[in-house]
Amino acid sequence: MKYSYYPGCTLKTKAVELDAYARASARALGFELEEIENWQCCGGVYPLGTDEIATKLSSVRALNEAKEKGQDLVTLCSACHHVIKRVNDDMKNADDIRTRANNYMQLEEPYAGETTVLHFLEVLRDRIGFDTLKEKVTAPLTGKKIGAYYGCLLLRPSGLLEFDDPENPSIIEDFIRAIGAEPVIYPYRNECCGGYISLKEKEMSKTMCDKIMDSASGFGADMLITACPLCLYNLNKSTCGSRLPVYYFTELLAEALGVKEEVAKA
Amino acid sequence: MQRIGVFVCHCGSNIAATVDVKKVVEMAKMEPGVVHAEDYQYMCSEAGQSKIAEAIKNEKLTGLVVCSCSPRMHETTFRKAAERAGLNPYMVEVANIREHCSWIHKDMEEATKKAVILARAAIAKVNLNASLKPGESLVTKRALVIGGGIAGIQTALDIAEAGYEVDIVEKTPSIGGRMSQLDKTFPTLDCSACILTPKMVEASAHEKINIYTYSEVEKVSGFVGDFTVDIRKKARSVDMDKCTGCGVCQEKCPSKKNSNEFNRGLNTRSAIYTPFAQAIPNVPVIDRENCIKFKTGKCGVCAKVCQAGAIDYEQKDEILTEKYGAIVVATGFDTIKLDNYDEYAYNQSKDVITSLELERIMNAAGPTKGHLERMSDGKAPKNMVFIQCVGSRCADKRGKSYCSKICCMYTAKHAMLIRDKYPDVNVTVFYIDVRTPGKNFDEFYRRAVEEYGVNYIKGQVGKVAPQPNGQLLVQGVDLIDNKQILMEADMVVLATAIEPDPSVRKIATMLTASIDTNNFLTEAHPKLRPVESPTAGIFLSGVCQGPKDIPETVSQAGAAAVKAIGLLAKDKLMTNPCTAKSDELLCNGCSTCENVCPYGAITYEDKEVNDHGIRETRRIAVVNNALCQGCGACTVACPSGAMDLQGFSNRQIIAEVDAICR
Amino acid sequence: MNTPKKQAEMIKEISGVNPLKCMKCGKCSASCPSYNEMDIKPHQFVSYVQNEDIESLVNSKSLWKCLSCFACVERCPRDVKPGKLIDAARQLVVREKGGDYLMADEIPELLDPELPQQLLVSAFRRYRR
Repeated sequence: MKYSYYPGCTLKTKAVELDAYARASARALGFELEEIENWQCCGGVYPLGTDEIATKLSSVRALNEAKEKGQDLVTLCSACHHVIKRVNDDMKNADDIRTRANNYMQLEEPYAGETTVLHFLEVLRDRIGFDTLKEKVTAPLTGKKIGAYYGCLLLRPSGLLEFDDPENPSIIEDFIRAIGAEPVIYPYRNECCGGYISLKEKEMSKTMCDKIMDSASGFGADMLITACPLCLYNLNKSTCGSRLPVYYFTELLAEALGVKEEVAKA
Repeated sequence: MQRIGVFVCHCGSNIAATVDVKKVVEMAKMEPGVVHAEDYQYMCSEAGQSKIAEAIKNEKLTGLVVCSCSPRMHETTFRKAAERAGLNPYMVEVANIREHCSWIHKDMEEATKKAVILARAAIAKVNLNASLKPGESLVTKRALVIGGGIAGIQTALDIAEAGYEVDIVEKTPSIGGRMSQLDKTFPTLDCSACILTPKMVEASAHEKINIYTYSEVEKVSGFVGDFTVDIRKKARSVDMDKCTGCGVCQEKCPSKKNSNEFNRGLNTRSAIYTPFAQAIPNVPVIDRENCIKFKTGKCGVCAKVCQAGAIDYEQKDEILTEKYGAIVVATGFDTIKLDNYDEYAYNQSKDVITSLELERIMNAAGPTKGHLERMSDGKAPKNMVFIQCVGSRCADKRGKSYCSKICCMYTAKHAMLIRDKYPDVNVTVFYIDVRTPGKNFDEFYRRAVEEYGVNYIKGQVGKVAPQPNGQLLVQGVDLIDNKQILMEADMVVLATAIEPDPSVRKIATMLTASIDTNNFLTEAHPKLRPVESPTAGIFLSGVCQGPKDIPETVSQAGAAAVKAIGLLAKDKLMTNPCTAKSDELLCNGCSTCENVCPYGAITYEDKEVNDHGIRETRRIAVVNNALCQGCGACTVACPSGAMDLQGFSNRQIIAEVDAICR
Repeated sequence: MNTPKKQAEMIKEISGVNPLKCMKCGKCSASCPSYNEMDIKPHQFVSYVQNEDIESLVNSKSLWKCLSCFACVERCPRDVKPGKLIDAARQLVVREKGGDYLMADEIPELLDPELPQQLLVSAFRRYRR
């Protein structure tokens, strides 16, 4: 099975491992991530103004490329996922945005939200199945207590992203179980890490991340996993006493599938 | 040719301020068949009706058109006036120039134009009207009440006291309903069971009342005065006549870990059980899904210990068919599911509970024997937070659009009771508005604040975060102080929205009673006929019609009973003569009409017909006038044009359309 | 310079939010992780737009404290989406000449070796035209 794949800017630079572990794990699980050509940065944040068009075009290009290949579009970074899925919804449901974006793009066939956007985790849950994943695990992470850190962009707004229950999600917990570890449920897993505020307001972000760390470690987590490079960066800036190590979920996936070493060597 | 009189009503300024009534009169006079037209300030008044009567006599009118308000308001008034003056009431048509015209338009010229067109259409119809005569049907002097909560019980008692037989059908093993789950009632704080159980006993002992518990309505046919209802008596697995209610079976039953519905799942019960101590009837049922005997074939302990030999594993569901003249729906409510509100951590912490769960915790017969304690660890709480409007007043898809009405008062009650019994417990209530319109209601709420020191905070809670130490961290806002609040609580109580009991959808469909988008049953008129369904013979009692508290429910239950009694007191009912009629010469016997008829009013008969001198036997449609409700589905479906609706014939409707398009 | 009425209309248009839907329950402010940093609170954004006091909004600190985390959007029982109002007010500012909240020459000072590109991109999108 082949999927179109949109890595996004950070996965080519500071978060290469998020990308590399995902590709290796995909191969081990029998699917392929085919990077779309000439993709452009999604902008990191979804433009909320209903009159914004230009800032959505890079997403539309990626979506249309996947459509032309007849593939679903897979993302890894929470922010890219959020932006591309919401733009796709605009192209499907907002007549004005669809018309204006298409006028601008001059595609052979107008794009109207035909592509299905999937987060890598959704591929694992809905296409591979966590039960199948569990069977393919060769090095289960037995005994590890892992807190899932969702943040905000994967979950909200839930009506549109349709990713999971926004207040009591379970997809990453189910993932943790599938790779043989024990999920630790803590209430701040869906609270914001501060996001882009950390560029100019480092203290604000730190306070939020401290709260997340305290909560997760209070419930007994040994580590946190995330899908977002910015979450990982912000969480790592926490200096509280209960600071936990933070990993990309793909790293633990690669480890459980026994392909981590091959990535490290490459 | 008809001699038609047209009467245009001003309705004070309701019509006359927007419609030039003189102009309507003038234009009407030019229509074919019209011999008389006049306007008057209030056509529905005595004086207005006299004008109609005079005109009928003086002008020898054969038909009337009244241009006024909706026929739902005054059609009957004008038809009766015509009848008194010797005219067949079905020769009267109403042109609705108020709701359909003056109230919805602003421009006088436009509105007048439309009023003239509406009048013209009605005149065109009356030109083709024929006198109709209603038939008669007999009334079965027995009522069915669906639902055995306080609404159903009160309705049944009131009907029975008037001397009519009443059956109550209740789907759970006992009557009592939600009220039996409540601990105390506002605003008097009397014990719910203490005031409810006498009513339950009275109903069960009443010689005119027959109670079917653990039973459901399965099928309804017929019409007002003459309903036929199938009732499924689910197999109780216990012989009602033999059981003495000793309770030994429940003590000895080895399957004890079944969720106790009566206690809202806060503890467990045996597989053979009566829901609560005062249950009526005091006869247990076997929950077959959880009974070891039914699951594995082994066990049978209850049968062994039953001295009366009442246990009957072979018992089967029974279907009873009964006849009723009136049906009262009293299906009540449940709280909504909270899966969409996990910011309050209901699914993540046992110490986040609904208010109905708190009722059970506060109740001496509840899971904690009435001690206020946390469901997680049994510890006594020190700080309690109540959150109002959970799932009520929502414009999103998560909750309900309406105010659940009872929550403000029961939250004040809970807060007050807790402060009274446990003065060292701090109670905080987050509210949006405190709504207390009811006798002694606001005084009650103020007492909670002023005498019992309940801390009311105007604002909502954004998140409840369970802490590793078992505490709940409540993050809310105080909109008066403009502060975000972080507050530790031992228990959080959610004032959960109520919704009509889910069973109501199926019942409404069977009764062809309409329900609104929230599944509340619709009234025939929201102000003037609040306890009647638009479907004749169906009455509404309690929360199935809209959120209400106990005093309101009891009042409405009585009102529904009076309406039912009013119907049962009649020996015969006039039937609507506007029913379908099949032209035997045109009918080709295809059965299409029979298939679309929602009332089962059409059958096929082999009948000898005389088709232009040719006598032959043909299969033709026959309409049962008593069953036909005049919906017209058959007239549209009929491919040969044989079906027609009396009073709304195809010719009449085409004439109306032609008049509008002229 | 646009009149306050016109500005309020622009905010409603850009955000697609109807402030009249608000029932003033405060759940947005109860949910906001930046509440304490804000001078005008999330629930007040709605009434400021309703009262056409846009001047105060565009000068508020709150514009630059909102994280676009959508907690208020997700939990608002009236579907008002206060976060979108805040963003629209922010756009009124950054779309004006000289309204940028982040300058390119500030960047070197803000960088550190781990800082992901995503952060710069997001901040530029939110703080500048």
